[in-house]
Amino acid sequence: MWCHVASAGRGKLMETGYTAPPNSAETILEISELTVRFGGVIALNGLSFKVASGQVVGLIGPNGAGKTTAFNCLSRIYKPNAGDIKVDGQSILKLDRHAIPALGVARTFQNVALFDNLTVMDNVLVGAHRASISGFMANALWLPKVRSAERAIHDRARDAMAFLKIEDCADALAGALPFPIRKRVEFARALVCNPRLLLLDEPAAGLNHEEVEVLREQISNVRDRYRCAILLVEHHMSLVMAVSDRVVAMDFGMKIAEGTPEEVQQHPKVIQAYLGADAA
Amino acid sequence: MQSQMIKTSSSRPLVAAVCMLAILLPLFVSDFRSFQVTQILVYAIAVLGLNLLTGYNGQISLGHGAFFALGAYVAAILMDKAGVPYWATIPVVAAVCFVVGFIFGLPALRLAGHYLALATFSLALATPQLLKHPALEKWTGGVQGIFLSKPQPPFGLAMSQDRWLYWFVLLHVVVLFVCAANLLRGPVGRAIRAIRDQPLAAETAGIDNSRFKTTVFGISAMYTGIAGALSAIVLQFVSPDSFTMFLSIYFLVGVVVGGVGSIWGAFLGAAFILIVPNLSSEVSKSATGMLYAMVLLLLIWRMPNGLWSGVLWMWRAATRRPA
Ligand SMILES: Nc1ncnc2c1ncn2[C@@H]1O[C@H](COP(=O)(O)OP(=O)(O)OP(=O)(O)O)[C@@H](O)[C@H]1O
Ligand SMILES: [Mg+2]
Repeated sequence: MWCHVASAGRGKLMETGYTAPPNSAETILEISELTVRFGGVIALNGLSFKVASGQVVGLIGPNGAGKTTAFNCLSRIYKPNAGDIKVDGQSILKLDRHAIPALGVARTFQNVALFDNLTVMDNVLVGAHRASISGFMANALWLPKVRSAERAIHDRARDAMAFLKIEDCADALAGALPFPIRKRVEFARALVCNPRLLLLDEPAAGLNHEEVEVLREQISNVRDRYRCAILLVEHHMSLVMAVSDRVVAMDFGMKIAEGTPEEVQQHPKVIQAYLGADAA
Repeated sequence: MQSQMIKTSSSRPLVAAVCMLAILLPLFVSDFRSFQVTQILVYAIAVLGLNLLTGYNGQISLGHGAFFALGAYVAAILMDKAGVPYWATIPVVAAVCFVVGFIFGLPALRLAGHYLALATFSLALATPQLLKHPALEKWTGGVQGIFLSKPQPPFGLAMSQDRWLYWFVLLHVVVLFVCAANLLRGPVGRAIRAIRDQPLAAETAGIDNSRFKTTVFGISAMYTGIAGALSAIVLQFVSPDSFTMFLSIYFLVGVVVGGVGSIWGAFLGAAFILIVPNLSSEVSKSATGMLYAMVLLLLIWRMPNGLWSGVLWMWRAATRRPA
């Protein structure tokens, strides 16, 4: 299935109901002047940046810079005080939280939010909810369309699990697994809906050196094979710099630098932000 | 999926045997025993209804006795006042209880955990008094309740009324349990359980939490309401004092003892809440409550996942043979 996606590319995207972008440089995500306040704390302060479809954008910044807050606005978990978020040119700020995956946006959580009493397989299948869901009545009667949708998403889930090398734990309860595996389960859950924009919140946190290497490869593969854009929040600098096409650096809710990994790494404000953060 | 199928096919003879036994049971036992098993089946439907809501969806209800009472009274009033045949009351009760449950599910969306438990408990507390209320007496019969006549077997079939009622209830059990099992094994069931475990992640994955939670509330109330209607038909009697808050607590005991989040445990939970109090009162009149409590504590201690997981464990132990 994934190979099919890789070879057929855009055709597959059309099939799943997404309008394929006319060229790969098209903007899929546009965040403009986004501001979020929590009481006196300004978590985001006029943040603006874009993500082009198929691009990997690294989002870096010291602790508390507002990276997760930006993700949560995108997921409609936080309501921004000002500014706008557009996916494919359409503002998402009027949409319900559960309508976001329909735009082709999927995410993982910094602190790994799995369904602990469900098997790994079921966790991943929930990621394909949109492709599998039909009415309560149809489910209660186990109609043929429910059965065929189930078969199809089981195949997809198995492919995603094989891709992330967790197919062996398909029947294990998610709550019983070690942390690195749990992170992969969450990754698979996000991947299984064939996203066009993948939001990864610190996927390398808590992983050892080899696991980070594997992750680096997986992120590159995801981009190449599924042609989805990735917005990657990460503190692991060598990982970000290795996989990102562009990097956006932020501090105190504001963008302080943007450009190629090399440009951002050498940017005086970035160096200052990180040295300042280290010194503190 | 594959492995699940293998599991079911190996247990298929057992399932077939249990089904056969359930169908033929009234032919081998007295009418009174049939009547008792019928009651267990009725309670199993109610316990399953509560399990859907509390065990699978994580919405705690301490007030399902109210939906049981609603189903019982709607059926009784339809039969008593409108002359509706007993079997035709079930679909009406199903619709009424679904709608009422769905509507109750709307404010429940805003109540987390303990607050929902309290809100539903208040429902259980209010039910007997509401049923006795003079304003409703014209329909409910007030403190007296409503007496009904015992249904006759259809088509002039020659069988006792108790046997017929057993099969009538069994038919509903089969339909309702098969539907619940289907509902829970597919995408809807995954969504229901995902919401229980991690509501935010579920919603972020595209699940419309509000729609699912209110619908599950409706379905849960519908199951328990149908059980109430069947109970009215089986007992030919409804009265306010059969629906005290203890009924709601017993349903919850049935869910926990049978197994939270296990469909088939509902039968064991129902049997427990009907049989164990009787048994303990036979053993000792003076310490009935204490005996009941001890059995309950022993079960929770030894089988925290419920009787059904105990049965599964024994089944696995019995079928595990050296190859
Ligand atoms: N729900 C909330 N309520 C109050 N303050 C919040 C909330 N969420 C975030 N904040 C604050 O907003 C700021 C940005 O937090 P955020 O979690 O977005 O940072 P981050 O860049 O993801 O940091 P980290 O790298 O540590 O994950 C912080 O000061 C944080 O304390
Ligand atoms: Mg964060």
